[in-house]
Amino acid sequence: MHALVGENGAGKSTLMKILYGMQKPDEGTIAIDGEQVSFSSPADAIARGIGMVHQHFMLADNLTVLENVVLGSEKLYGIGGNARKKIAEISDRYGLGIRPDVLVEDLGVADRQRVEILKVLFRGAKTLILDEPTAVLVPQEVDALFDNLRELKSEGLSVIFISHKLGEVLSVADDITVIRRGTTVGTAIPSETTPRQLAELMVGSELPTPETAESTVTDKPVVTVKNLTVYAGGGIASLGEVGAQPETATVGSSGAAPGADVLTEATTPGAAKRVLDDVSFTIHAGEVMGIAGVEGNGQTELIDALIGTKHADSGAIEFLGEDITGWQTRKRRESGVGYIPEDRHRQGLLLESPLWENRILGHVTEKPNAKGFWLDIKGAQADTRRIVEEFDVRTPGIDVTAASLSGGNQQKLIVGREMSHNPKFLIAAHPTRGVDVGAQAQIWDRIREARREGLAVLLISADLDELIGLSDTLRVIYDGKLVADADPATITPEELGSAMTGAASGHLEHVDTAPEGHEGAAGPEDEAR
Amino acid sequence: MKKFDKERVLLAVAGPVIALVLAIALTSIVLLASNRNPFEPYVLMLQQLPYSDIQVLIINQAAMYYIAAIAVALGFRMNLFNIGVDGQYRLAAVMTAVVGANVGLPAFLQIPMLLLVAMLTGAFWAGIAGVLKVTRGVSEVVATIMLNAIATSVIGYITLANVWGVQVGNNMTTGVMKKSGWFPGINLGSDVGEIYGMVFVAIALGIGYWVVLNRTRFGFDLRATGASESAAAASGVDAKRMVLVSMLISGAVSGLAGLPLLLGDSHTYSLDFPAGLGFTAIGIALLGRNNPGGIAFAALLWAFLDKASPALDYATPVAYEKEIATIMQGLIVFSVVISYEAVRQWGLRRQQRQVGAELAAAAAQNTKKEVAA
Repeated sequence: MHALVGENGAGKSTLMKILYGMQKPDEGTIAIDGEQVSFSSPADAIARGIGMVHQHFMLADNLTVLENVVLGSEKLYGIGGNARKKIAEISDRYGLGIRPDVLVEDLGVADRQRVEILKVLFRGAKTLILDEPTAVLVPQEVDALFDNLRELKSEGLSVIFISHKLGEVLSVADDITVIRRGTTVGTAIPSETTPRQLAELMVGSELPTPETAESTVTDKPVVTVKNLTVYAGGGIASLGEVGAQPETATVGSSGAAPGADVLTEATTPGAAKRVLDDVSFTIHAGEVMGIAGVEGNGQTELIDALIGTKHADSGAIEFLGEDITGWQTRKRRESGVGYIPEDRHRQGLLLESPLWENRILGHVTEKPNAKGFWLDIKGAQADTRRIVEEFDVRTPGIDVTAASLSGGNQQKLIVGREMSHNPKFLIAAHPTRGVDVGAQAQIWDRIREARREGLAVLLISADLDELIGLSDTLRVIYDGKLVADADPATITPEELGSAMTGAASGHLEHVDTAPEGHEGAAGPEDEAR
Repeated sequence: MKKFDKERVLLAVAGPVIALVLAIALTSIVLLASNRNPFEPYVLMLQQLPYSDIQVLIINQAAMYYIAAIAVALGFRMNLFNIGVDGQYRLAAVMTAVVGANVGLPAFLQIPMLLLVAMLTGAFWAGIAGVLKVTRGVSEVVATIMLNAIATSVIGYITLANVWGVQVGNNMTTGVMKKSGWFPGINLGSDVGEIYGMVFVAIALGIGYWVVLNRTRFGFDLRATGASESAAAASGVDAKRMVLVSMLISGAVSGLAGLPLLLGDSHTYSLDFPAGLGFTAIGIALLGRNNPGGIAFAALLWAFLDKASPALDYATPVAYEKEIATIMQGLIVFSVVISYEAVRQWGLRRQQRQVGAELAAAAAQNTKKEVAA
């Protein structure tokens, strides 16, 4: 099992595309079993025994698992009993636990991934390429996946594994190749390497950890949310905004037992489902409250309600003592709510506009972007230059379009923009998603800095290390409810993960350490940290 | 970063130029296919250009195209497709003609009042589509197309003899407007003609359009909504309000589109009042890339094709059909759509590459310096 690691944009995906025949190399050769080959399409690669499991699954939702597997390779074993026998055989051999007659839309993420793997094996792959397979899984599911992979390995297959979660790579890989800026910068043997060394190899420099040094939590409440409830389909989105409808199907499939899972809530017909159910919390000045949860459990709705793009059906939001429940987004932003959106391309940027116009976005009524009714273009441009400088946005100038920057630099621009208006409350949704390690550290630093000056932050992230490292308080959201709270000083990602699947609730205690006895979670916790 | 500015100008010009070249080439192919000389019609049309009376006709016609195209462009800038400009300007013209024939104020009041009537009528008619869109989610495309048809019927009713219509020979008119409402123009002599005073209103509108879009908060919100509705919503733009307001403004502007002719020349709304301006304007706005300068150029080109093509019918020794100009206009719209999208994607990719290259170069220089130090 070979792992390929590198920062975003280092060239991992390009390399994999070449291996899978989706792209042709300009120079160089590929050899399989010592024999030199060249692929002009994925079909060639499949014929040579290379299979790929994409990060975004390529499955037809309304077909069964069997149909999905035979789709496109009907000639191999037909589409009937033969194919079914073959699927059962592969499934048993590698412990995949596939049920061929279930509709794919009824499967959780982890099960879909197994279907993808089976699809590849069905086509006779001897080498599997997995592109960031763990990005969508909770820790328990990751363990199950790794068990499957080990199974494959013991049967003599090779696995190429792309990831930037270094801990996982070290635990599962036999051999690691690190690439940076398109070239191989090193190889490592997992047993002799720490995640830190690996990360430094990846970035080419020392890197920091997301650990908040000392608590800066005060007792001044900034945001108080009371009994916020949102019904599915409520707050009618008439102007074409279709909120990314999430995978509610992951619910319940904790990965270990693929036979006994999936989907009870999501398909319940009749009464409107509460996508956000009676959520209450308080965030104080200087406090970072982290929300952990599998995507699609109400995070998007919570953010929408807080920033005001879709109002909640009931409940109240108080900001610095004022009731802002009915306020428009613009008024909220003007009064000091900063927003780092979860999808920067859809919500954070005008991709085809120059950087300085993107700097105006969201703050068009505020200085230095406007003077009264008029735009202050000079002011905005000057301030964009400052942001580019201070936040280390790598760009040749402020007139280039936002689309021409890399993801990390786009994100730095957004963080710079939001921080430039001295927010009192920051909604940070996946602030470092798809951002390379170097930029990640800078963004963490900025958030920590602002927190020291009294900023209240709501941090929503899929990166559990980030959540644990940055938060003062941790809450777990599951099926629209805040079901658990935890102390980030003691909790481990695994414990958090089990709460995220709904397996645990209430106050989470780390089992090995002495309980600290926090009960009501909303309060400012552990001053001493 | 002057270089990227120059790039942008280059990209902006490349689209229309490619479209025009392509359209001319395709027209020549059509001519060849019908066994005609593939180049002579262009020469014949260009020969019309030096005549002053043709120039005046072109400018006057272009002014109407320009106003209507600005109205369309306003919608385009925020992804609203106002196909209803046609109904809006005709209804506005008829209302203005009726008011102008029945109310007589001094000129300094009469003309602004007539402009206001036209704008309010246009805004009202477009506003119906706007309200339907924000309250019921009705596509503005469908609503405005239907409103065009309704406008035709309403105009038919208004011009009935027992409503406001006045029969003049075989023609139904709305009666001659009071003299104080005639917009003064620049008279260049009886054999040349008169440039409508509304031409300057059109120019002012173009400038106003640019200033509002590029220099005001409102314009920024409007453009942001057009560029990315989701990003605009997250940034605090009230999308519904924005849709309604831009529909109203677009309608108000289109209300003015018929006035150069009405106030400058015909002084009455009759059955032969030009129709279809609103549809032509869509092509002009496209060709002009929703940019006030580009639209001016496109409007002039369109007016030139309109006014120079009749000469083809009388050409000696060989006459051509003047419909060649219509074919060309159609082909221009067709090639505009293709070439703009191609240029846009090419430009985006090119800039991404350039930025990448510059950053790589900068990084390489830095490491060199470090090594040297």
